[in-house]
Amino acid sequence: MSEKRYTEDHEWVMVSGGEATVGISNHAQEQLGDIVFVELPAIGKALAKGKEAAVVESVKAASEIYAPADGEVLAVNEALNDEPGKVNSDPEGDGWFFKMKLSNPAQVAELMDEAAYKAFVAG
Amino acid sequence: MEQASATAVKQTVLHALHQELGGKIVPFAGYALPVQYPAGIMAEHRQAREAAALFDVSHMGQLRLAGADRVAALEALVPADIAGLGVGRQRYGFFTSADGGILDDLMVSNQGDWLFLVVNAACKEADIAHLRKGLKGDVSLTELSDRALVALQGPKAAAVLARLAPGAETFRFMDCRPLTIDGVACLASRSGYTGEDGYEISVPAAQAEALARRLLAEPEVAPAGLGARDSLRLEAGLCLYGHDLDGGTTPVEADLVWAMQKRRRQEGGFPGAAVVQRQLAEGPSRRRVGLRPDGRAPVREGTVLTNDQGEVVGKVTSGGFGPTVGAPVAMGYVDAALAAEGTPLQAVVRGKPLPCRVAALPFVPHNYFRG
Repeated sequence: MSEKRYTEDHEWVMVSGGEATVGISNHAQEQLGDIVFVELPAIGKALAKGKEAAVVESVKAASEIYAPADGEVLAVNEALNDEPGKVNSDPEGDGWFFKMKLSNPAQVAELMDEAAYKAFVAG
Repeated sequence: MEQASATAVKQTVLHALHQELGGKIVPFAGYALPVQYPAGIMAEHRQAREAAALFDVSHMGQLRLAGADRVAALEALVPADIAGLGVGRQRYGFFTSADGGILDDLMVSNQGDWLFLVVNAACKEADIAHLRKGLKGDVSLTELSDRALVALQGPKAAAVLARLAPGAETFRFMDCRPLTIDGVACLASRSGYTGEDGYEISVPAAQAEALARRLLAEPEVAPAGLGARDSLRLEAGLCLYGHDLDGGTTPVEADLVWAMQKRRRQEGGFPGAAVVQRQLAEGPSRRRVGLRPDGRAPVREGTVLTNDQGEVVGKVTSGGFGPTVGAPVAMGYVDAALAAEGTPLQAVVRGKPLPCRVAALPFVPHNYFRG
């Protein structure tokens, strides 16, 4: 179990074994407001760091979610199909988006830790 | 650049109140306005459907049209029956262009010896120029820039307003007349942009903040921003100018024939009358319709609509999630042959065709008080 890391695009990633779980930060859900739909990637999809991995839609707009690292989608949070609001109520827990296999785990280590992300958000 | 655009954005007289209430301020039609407050768009939307929500719509243009020829002069620009509008009554209308397109939509009420017009913020300057150029005869136009406009919307709005303004409850839908609210001389109409019962209140700018605070102090009332205003009007099937209506869209295409009363449709005498009358006789080539996606993905403005052959047959002009419907809803224009309720279409979202159906408007029944 590693510590949680954050991207500048407000995704979080948590590595456990060879698997990384990805979601959006509490700050991101606050900015987006009420989330009404999440378009999850297909299992097996190849992801490239910084490229679109999913789409999250609030009442007002659609926003892209980017892959925090290179890899492949292993699982998606099917619960979000019926309850997208979990992203608002528990963004960094039950509101996770997908799990991925990392091609290059070092890419995650380069991301911000919680303290650095807090400072980043505070601007 | 940023500085220049920041200084160009105007504030309404309720700006400090929006900030105090935690409003998330965004630029809209040249004004800094709250898109939402801390409660969020969904909660603000429900507030208007279930209780009463207060909106600041002071960005809209309020105009006074006086003079002996005001009715005929306005009818020459707007294909609504202004002559048939009783004192204290209001009507929806639009300015048309020579080719039948809609230049802006507006509300007009008869205030006895003057007409009260409310126009869209984004079109305000163009509308005023259009009026000054087009109004003929003994007519004078004044912009009522010293007035703010607030909308109190929801099933509890009448009970709330009657507390501060006895008699407010006797207004019927589209009544528009002077009303003293908590001692302040206002001009109130029983109308709105949410599909709910409610009022739009024109108040002297100097008293607007006190009135807004007084209304917000009532237990049934909470503030709502532009986000909820948009989802509410979309569920109510009401058009947003610049999106569902524009200069390239006629009232017939927009399914707004009801706003051109019979005498006006028959007699014409407004810009673009020939185009409108021809479309009335022959039918338009495209029509505004409601759309219900089968899935949960919102289908937003600009989304291309295709038939089962994958051919482009229309475009979405407004779309999003309908909090009261509990599902995505949209409006758009489709080929007239495909405008029947229930017609299956596909909305191409991020390259994927998503099934949807033409649906009746409004998505949520109107809850107007017709007395």
